[in-house]
Amino acid sequence: MSRQYETIIGLEVHVELATKTKIFCGCSTGFGGAPNTHTCPVCTGMPGSLPVLNRQVVEYALAVGLATNCSINQYCKFDRKNYFYPDNPQNYQISQLYLPICHDGWVEIETEAGKKKIHIHEIHMEEDAGKLMHDEWEDCSLVDYNRSGIPLIEIVSEPDMRSADEVIAYLEKLRLIIQYLGASDCKLQEGSMRADVNLSVRLVGDKELGTRTEMKNLNSFKAIARAIEGEKDRQIEILKDGKKVVQETRRWDDNKESSHAMRSKEDAQDYRYFPDPDLPPVRIDDAWLARVKAMQPELQEEKLKRYEREYQLPLYDARILTGSKHLADIFEETVSFCGKPKEVSNWLMTDAMRLLKEHEKEPEELSFSPKNLAKLIRLLEENVINRTVAKNIFEVIFAEDIDPEKYVEEKGLRVVSDEVALREVIGEILKKNPQSVVDYRAGKQKAMGFVVGQTMRAMKGKADPAVVNELVRELLDK
Amino acid sequence: MKSILDLTALELGSKIKKREIGVIEAAKASLARMEALEPKLNCYVTVDERLTLAQAEKVQRQIDKGELRSPLAGVPVAIKDNLCMEGMPTTCSSHILENFVPTYTAEAVKRLLDAGAVVLGKTNMDEFAMGSTTETSAFGVTKNPWNPEHVPGGSSGGSCAAVAANECFYALGSDTGGSIRQPSSYCGVTGIKPTYGTVSRYGLIAYGSSLDQIGPVGKNVEDCAAVLELIASYDQKDSTSIRQRDLDFTSGLRDDVEKMRIGIPRDYFGEGLDKEVKAAVLKAAEVFREKGALVEEFDLSLVEYAIPAYYVIASAEASSNLSRFDGVKYGFRTKMYEGLHDMYKKSRSEGFGPEVKRRIMLGSFVLSSGYYDAYYLKALRTKALIKKAFDKAFLRYDVILGPTAPSTAPKLGESLSDPLKMYLGDIYTISVNLAGLPGMSVPCGRDSKGLPIGLQLIGDCFKEKHIIRAGYAYECSRSSEQPVLAGENEDIPQRIQGGAGI
Repeated sequence: MSRQYETIIGLEVHVELATKTKIFCGCSTGFGGAPNTHTCPVCTGMPGSLPVLNRQVVEYALAVGLATNCSINQYCKFDRKNYFYPDNPQNYQISQLYLPICHDGWVEIETEAGKKKIHIHEIHMEEDAGKLMHDEWEDCSLVDYNRSGIPLIEIVSEPDMRSADEVIAYLEKLRLIIQYLGASDCKLQEGSMRADVNLSVRLVGDKELGTRTEMKNLNSFKAIARAIEGEKDRQIEILKDGKKVVQETRRWDDNKESSHAMRSKEDAQDYRYFPDPDLPPVRIDDAWLARVKAMQPELQEEKLKRYEREYQLPLYDARILTGSKHLADIFEETVSFCGKPKEVSNWLMTDAMRLLKEHEKEPEELSFSPKNLAKLIRLLEENVINRTVAKNIFEVIFAEDIDPEKYVEEKGLRVVSDEVALREVIGEILKKNPQSVVDYRAGKQKAMGFVVGQTMRAMKGKADPAVVNELVRELLDK
Repeated sequence: MKSILDLTALELGSKIKKREIGVIEAAKASLARMEALEPKLNCYVTVDERLTLAQAEKVQRQIDKGELRSPLAGVPVAIKDNLCMEGMPTTCSSHILENFVPTYTAEAVKRLLDAGAVVLGKTNMDEFAMGSTTETSAFGVTKNPWNPEHVPGGSSGGSCAAVAANECFYALGSDTGGSIRQPSSYCGVTGIKPTYGTVSRYGLIAYGSSLDQIGPVGKNVEDCAAVLELIASYDQKDSTSIRQRDLDFTSGLRDDVEKMRIGIPRDYFGEGLDKEVKAAVLKAAEVFREKGALVEEFDLSLVEYAIPAYYVIASAEASSNLSRFDGVKYGFRTKMYEGLHDMYKKSRSEGFGPEVKRRIMLGSFVLSSGYYDAYYLKALRTKALIKKAFDKAFLRYDVILGPTAPSTAPKLGESLSDPLKMYLGDIYTISVNLAGLPGMSVPCGRDSKGLPIGLQLIGDCFKEKHIIRAGYAYECSRSSEQPVLAGENEDIPQRIQGGAGI
């Protein structure tokens, strides 16, 4: 019988920080400007320009480090990583090698296999590079330096993960923490969160780690999961054939569901790191650290416990609501307007989630105002509209963020509980459907439901169902 | 009657203020002098007469309206070609930046412009400030005004020669290992390298970022103090800029060294020092003694380690600083190439001169993996030890006095063939940069060949005023000298400057 292989995975996660300006100059970090419009002499590497550190970058890095149980290097430094490439205007990247700002942390993940700690080796600050565009028609390459100098943190994990499930759980955990801190929106598709996967395999029971490869170009959780499965199989195949895995960087092609080698260790460059002489060491004194600590917002786990306690929500609800910072924010704000936490939770967990799924969107993309949801809930509670109408209105709120009070008036959606009018409508229906009356009197309860349904239909859903029920019964019983 | 050109910068500034001399008149006088002498000396890389005169007109208008109050308003200045100036080619005397025109102005230059300076042009230098003779320039050598067969020193050779030849009233230079002080010494002018962090480096094209400082070159100590006062500032754009309170350097201009403690390091007077230079500097020490200073010899130690430490650190930083010159974004790009790496290789091979390539290779080597600890880290430790040695000395002395350079200006063509010998020429200046200290070179006579000798005054960090005071007091004891240039009317009276405090 053949022995089992296990997969050893470590992650390098790059996160673009949500600062307004770049890490070493005052240029905007805004996404989507015309090429080279968010640039200056500093982020285009003009001679004589000098970097000046953005303090907010340090504070975000500290916040993430504290939230992931890291130790903080209160004396940290920036180093230059030297390599030639046109997307890097200085031909060196300012990063941290010798004294990164955070080190030795951990986060806890939960998968079907249970809870587990994933250790973080370090978190360091660095600058992003520009973007190259290759114009096949003109046979030339163009470079856009808008992204050059956007602040990044790189979170380097220990090789603690053993499966794609764990990797996804770890990434989701990091994303949640960072979103809660407001340090980044962590969108994989837009590249504000990028993960490189370091993977090796070994026989279960072996002490030594196998030769690893590094996989790049993974821009969705699904792509990451597929790449891990693919690379694991590829390496096991190689080992089973009695060959050796080559240490190299590979590029994942999610369309082809396969990877190809980019460069091997032999081609690995010597980056000639050395401390950047243009940037004095960063000294984070106790007072600064304390200020950042004091400003740490409530993170998911605390929020979850508070939802159970303060709002008496079931664990299930609390978990889903706090699973997205944005969703939790909408929840709390809505409750602050209309109370009724369980009702608010129901709307978000059932209706909002269903619509997100239908539109293939993430909770982060919910764009309606909590005030409008609160108004809707109040309209329903005060019996101005009935639930069917409310559900329809919610869809409009979800899509267009309309004010439900105005909408109800404009469309005339108020519930009709005027008994005289309803009696008239029911009378008409009974006249048209004498068989129903016969059936009802013969003991068929279904017949009543039919009449109620017809009435609601005639009232275009606006009738108060309780009143209709009562009246239908009364008229049938006559 | 003194010619306009013979005035010091402050003298001219005062006459401009009194409306005795017009700004345009002064600029034209300088431009005429340049026209006459540039074919012989080659101090400038770029001159834009139209721009200079337009600036002069503007400054005159501002003075007339009472908008400019600086004592140097309207005085023409020359700027070393590694300082960026918006709209003006800035080449670092290198082919690789031949066509580079910055879109921004260096902070130090901006401060001069704001004070009403009129820029005459950009001065020649060793390519990227790497060299001690101005011979590594891609745009021809600059000649020493005292004897055109000799070098002006470097790397700020163009700035110092221009001041010496009256082709400007003062100049800005930069000093990484002696690049202001050594050519000042060779050209018989005064130059200050301020404490690291005193003058913003924003817009100075970096050579060795942790050592580079911008400083003034002038006809005397007084002018240098006034210029330094203008350019020194805390600048948010430079993270290594220091918030210093005491920036009124001109208040140090007192002819009084009574009780000043002056140390003479024996280490600076050993082997390799020219006899005539030694005699001139020791004679100057006597002057200080006569004026009431407490002068004594001491052992500084570690002097011999300064040069190797410097070449490791400066080259390491340079190898990284200069990697941005790659033909992609600006500057020179080779004509024929196949693909990106070929373009990089050819552009840099053709764009840089041999001394720059030598230091890029040296710097890349000392930073490469496996050598980093043995060279770069060790050099940093040496740097720290040298700083400590100076710290110890400054517990006992206000000022350290020694020669600026071991010899007077060598002949053209003698230095480049033996780079190690050339590097030794910076032995007394380099440790000052490694320790971040202020240093100044002041003329102290001439050798038997008639070439100027300079003495160096070194102060503790932020103690520019001490060296300014000592330099000024020394200057007051003697009359200044000016080269008589071949072909010039030999009857032109030499600039007399006794009792300099006019």
